[in-house]
Amino acid sequence: MTIDRTLPNGGSIPLDSTPDLAAPEFRRRVLEGVTNGARIAALFGCPEGDSVRLFSILAWEDTGLLSVLSTTVKDRYPSLTPDCPQAHLFERELAEQWRITPEGHPWLKPVRFQTPMRGKSNEPLPTQCGVADFFQMTGEEVHEVAVGPVHAGIIEPGHFRFQCHGETVHHLEISLGYQHRGIEKALAGGPDKRTLHYMETLAGDTTIGHTTAYCRTIEALTKSRVPARAQVVRGIALELERIANHIGDLGALAGDIGFLPTMSYCGRIRGDVLNLTALLCGNRFGRRLIEPGGTGYDLTEDSLAQLRDRLKTAITDAEQAISLLWKTPSVLARFEGAGPISRKTAEEIGLVGVSARACGLERDVRRDFPYGIFQMAHIPIVTWHTGDVFARAFVRWLEIERSAMFILDQLESLPARPPAAPFTRQMSSRHLALALVEGWRGEICHVAVTNEAGRFACYKIVDPSFHNWFGLALALREQQISDFPLCNKSFNLSYCGHDL
Amino acid sequence: MIEILKVRLKQGCRTMSYPAGPAPEMPPHFTGRPVIHPESCGEDCRECIEVCPSDAISVTGSEVRIDTGRCIFCAKCRQVCPEQIIDFSPDFRLAAARREDLVLGSGDDPVPSASSAVAKKLFGRSLKLRQVSAGGCNACEADTNVLNTLAWDLGRFGIQFVASPRHADGLLVTGPVTNHMELALKKTYEALPDPKIVIAVGACAASGGIFRTHPESSKVLADIIPVDLFIPGCPPHPATILDGLLRLVGRIDEKE
Ligand code: SF4
Repeated sequence: MTIDRTLPNGGSIPLDSTPDLAAPEFRRRVLEGVTNGARIAALFGCPEGDSVRLFSILAWEDTGLLSVLSTTVKDRYPSLTPDCPQAHLFERELAEQWRITPEGHPWLKPVRFQTPMRGKSNEPLPTQCGVADFFQMTGEEVHEVAVGPVHAGIIEPGHFRFQCHGETVHHLEISLGYQHRGIEKALAGGPDKRTLHYMETLAGDTTIGHTTAYCRTIEALTKSRVPARAQVVRGIALELERIANHIGDLGALAGDIGFLPTMSYCGRIRGDVLNLTALLCGNRFGRRLIEPGGTGYDLTEDSLAQLRDRLKTAITDAEQAISLLWKTPSVLARFEGAGPISRKTAEEIGLVGVSARACGLERDVRRDFPYGIFQMAHIPIVTWHTGDVFARAFVRWLEIERSAMFILDQLESLPARPPAAPFTRQMSSRHLALALVEGWRGEICHVAVTNEAGRFACYKIVDPSFHNWFGLALALREQQISDFPLCNKSFNLSYCGHDL
Repeated sequence: MIEILKVRLKQGCRTMSYPAGPAPEMPPHFTGRPVIHPESCGEDCRECIEVCPSDAISVTGSEVRIDTGRCIFCAKCRQVCPEQIIDFSPDFRLAAARREDLVLGSGDDPVPSASSAVAKKLFGRSLKLRQVSAGGCNACEADTNVLNTLAWDLGRFGIQFVASPRHADGLLVTGPVTNHMELALKKTYEALPDPKIVIAVGACAASGGIFRTHPESSKVLADIIPVDLFIPGCPPHPATILDGLLRLVGRIDEKE
């Protein structure tokens, strides 16, 4: 096996140290990596003259390293997807963003219906968002159900197309792009005064996760060190974000099956946890908290004590509210067996986060690619083996418990306040830096590539939802269409994080 | 069943008494309604303008004004102002019925009006809302949704979110309105029976926020459909949203 250029999570390398492979060699090495146990964390293009340089980031869970492969493409290259299903959406994205044809890809459908980032600017979009061919089943009594983009609840927009026979869904296709705000395009040439705020709002429920990933790429490019205390505060905020969202999801799952006690309590407790994030920085979603070089606010003695006490209360309340789920037969009857995904499928399509761990995959950035405080303090990985709605719910609860324990531990031994770390803004030119963070939905991957001037030639964001939406589509196969809301909630993926 | 009842007893009643009782307490570093001190700022100093990510600040002569419809309350301007004339109060009451009232200067009336006589008459006792997220990041959505939880219990004011635009009296919109959502937004609006109102929640819906200049969200909500209430913030605190809704329909009397 050839040794590729590797770097740790949060590392950076000079661009010229990654050999520019010929396209077939690039393909061979990515496939070889995936066969040998690596996973595609990112596959994206970066403009280089009138060509596009492709980068593939492979995540090696066994060694905790990431390898970078690259090739320069003019307008076509041999597609990876036929031999590697987890590349399929990345390659559709490449085709849409850069007008590149991955030859042999089974169906290059639009991902976001966005204007290409190469070629004539201001060219009108080929079609209205969502107007595309969908996979169709034919036959007697086969029918199609279309849902969205506007849904019945207070949720983001997306379109779902079901191929059904009676109540049974044989195929679900998910068509997104309605939330596309052009964030990646706006990031090129940065960073500037808006960059951090794009990170805060690209998936607003994951503000801490994405801003942490962003700051770590900047810190890698500027060779800055983050003070120990700031690392701990970042870790605490990340786990608070996880707890709040997991509690909210469990409440919403209870709501979807009409189990009102847990739904009502969790809705309230989630708010209590968001208020703990607000205690750190004044904002319930953690805006202003994570900044390059450290954190925008420090924990005072008073807020530390409040955080400890209020977290304990919230977790006790959550324990009572959520344990009702596991004790109520009618709840279990709806959760168990709904929307199952096998471990093998999860592996093939590259699921991440809760959805992967609910299929029994031990996959967690905090353990596999530890950084910051997670190098010092270990949060045990939680898995379940059934891959169904129950598993995705139960893993969430176990994670809530472990994250709370982690926070309480950290509050006992907070490093003393260090002097503010000097932060130099000059970024290395022609470098590639990357950072992985285990957000509450799963692996967040940010990759920055800088140009000669030390500014972003491109900035790639992979929200965990990008990996996982396809998982939801597969989970619905041979399920009752009436179980869709429940299955959808059990994944609870981000629309804007996918659409960027 | 016994278990469920036991938990019910332990959880108790958690609905806040606001607005009859005290307002919920804001967290320590909360950035609410800007306070601009009347001292004149340094000549030719444009530091706040330069640092502002949403182009919310204008300085004419020595008068500083902040457009809270654009502001994301990042407090960067406070950090850089050498004269310390910009500050943010813990006051969460930010909503206004007229877009121009969102621009705050030092001499302005402290809390702009959010009330509407028509809304009070028609919807004062019952207001059904349909929510449309049009490029929202799920923070405004989440903190709107939280009003439905029993801590806030929006239902006690007769305000409810409904599943169909046909059942709704108003639209509550979040996000900068991406081009891709423009059509769906218009169709939803048209599906609402008249008379109807529109509420813009968050900096994005009020002005486009930091996405204002993006070709991917080329139009602002108010240019597509008429807006009756603007609720600033990124995202607005649930108390800000609730206060706006209640003042709009006259459940909180602004004169008091
Ligand atoms: S707080 Fe508002 S006005 Fe001040 S810099 Fe931030 S966005 Fe601009």
